[in-house]
Amino acid sequence: MVPSAPDLSFRSGRNRNERIIGAILFLCAALSTLVTVGIVGVLLTQSFAFFRQVSVVEFLTSTQWTPLFQDKNFGILPLAAGSFLIAGGAAIIALPTGLLAAVYLSEYAAHRTRRILKPLLEILAGIPTVVYGYFALTFITPILRSIWPETDVFNAASGAIVVGVMIIPTVASLSEDALSAVPDTLRQGAYGLGATKLEVSTRVVIPGALSGILASFILAISRAIGETMAVTIAAGNLPNLTLNPMESIQTMTAYIVQASLGDTPQGSLAHQTLYAVGLTLFLITLSMNVVSQWILGRFREEYE
Amino acid sequence: MPTTHDIDTGGKAPALEARGVSVFYGETHAVKGIDLAVPANKVVALVGPSGCGKSTLLRCFNRMNDLVTAARIEGTVGFRGKNLYDDDVDPVEVRRRIGMVFQKPNPFPKSIYDNIAFGPRINGFDGDLDALVEQSLRQAALWDEVNNRLNDSAYALSGGQQQRLCIARTLAVKPEVVLMDEPASALDPIATQRIEELIYELKKNYTIVIVTHNMQQAARISDYTAFLYMGELVEYGPTDTIFTNPREERTEEYVTGRFG
Repeated sequence: MVPSAPDLSFRSGRNRNERIIGAILFLCAALSTLVTVGIVGVLLTQSFAFFRQVSVVEFLTSTQWTPLFQDKNFGILPLAAGSFLIAGGAAIIALPTGLLAAVYLSEYAAHRTRRILKPLLEILAGIPTVVYGYFALTFITPILRSIWPETDVFNAASGAIVVGVMIIPTVASLSEDALSAVPDTLRQGAYGLGATKLEVSTRVVIPGALSGILASFILAISRAIGETMAVTIAAGNLPNLTLNPMESIQTMTAYIVQASLGDTPQGSLAHQTLYAVGLTLFLITLSMNVVSQWILGRFREEYE
Repeated sequence: MPTTHDIDTGGKAPALEARGVSVFYGETHAVKGIDLAVPANKVVALVGPSGCGKSTLLRCFNRMNDLVTAARIEGTVGFRGKNLYDDDVDPVEVRRRIGMVFQKPNPFPKSIYDNIAFGPRINGFDGDLDALVEQSLRQAALWDEVNNRLNDSAYALSGGQQQRLCIARTLAVKPEVVLMDEPASALDPIATQRIEELIYELKKNYTIVIVTHNMQQAARISDYTAFLYMGELVEYGPTDTIFTNPREERTEEYVTGRFG
């Protein structure tokens, strides 16, 4: 008797399900990509309309930003200076603190301490930024004003401090991941040569994790530049070309809030400034992300 | 119980002397009351099946077990008459004098030169660093292969070269004793042979304790062999005796490959 061939044909229902699932997954992936492309498209076309009326040179060099006034000026510099003050101040606070916290968690803390502290730190990153803004206005600003009475009620320093505190978890958590990824065999090798814990941390572990640490820095700074709510509340809405942190300023993001909430008519030049500022912001954070990816790739440590 | 009297140190004080050394990892009793003397300028091999405590014992000799939070050590380890576990002993200073080479090559992600210079730099060496780097690489029989590319990454080297780099790195801090934890187990036979030749050379100037899984290797390179089993020192003596005429049946079974 000839044995009958086994039945290897497609089972109809199962195969169809596979294709449907594949299509749904593709749609989800496509959606986020399409949204990004759409946003960039809108930013570009609206900005193009803006730049047909205002030259790029004026936009980049004029020192006045008064698009909502009678006497209109379109210089991004005051807004850029505002964003720079906030991001720079926040970086001065957050980068060293965050890195040292990461070194503590990764190298010094006992296993149990770390298991408790790290999730706590990550919760700090989940606090709504508007809460940080009020915290700055009602707690930090009064302290600053009691020390330096001439400080404005809305001032860059208060915004920078609170944004700095806000991005510490980003630096600490990502840097800690990078430090922990350094293989223990390298630490042992250094200890075996008579290195102290500090020497192991600063000369082996931190250099070994440098790319991850730099990437965490850049990500945190780009978060600070993009931060909106806290700085709008704490630092004010006064486009002001200054590097004095005690004065009121306006960041690019705060301007976007102000102009969106106002009654600028659609299609007007004032309305189009939103897109020009938005595009500038987008290009800044995009280039920072590109640099951070490049650093990660360029300096990726191979431990083997 | 085997004692330190099993070996003849030629009237000289031993370089290292463990007395009643026990190690606990939490509830686990990994090393059980071991007495073992390591004569100066000799090679002592620690052999035994996986988990017998030989690596743990090795790490007692330069206080590497201190880095394991759960580890607890009892007993004393004499180093030129000083107990390494006395309260006033700084483990960092111990590890500078008693160096260690690990199972897998673990060069730092730095240049070849900086790998060697790492130890001298952290220990405040203020002499001619270039000369020290060259001397260390020569001692580890690596100089001829790397002298024209000292600034290349250590990771550009082969596994065997990396391990010799790690040996050179250890020698650069001028230790008196070098502990080796299966230094050739991750290497191919030719690289292994080079490491063994190197160990033979090194014993003129250093005392060496080596953990190995490889019986032939122990027989080839060591002067004395200690056989550990389940945390206990079963037998310790001249390598010839251990391999040809051991006192204990378990030793004979293990070294001839009948178990383990």
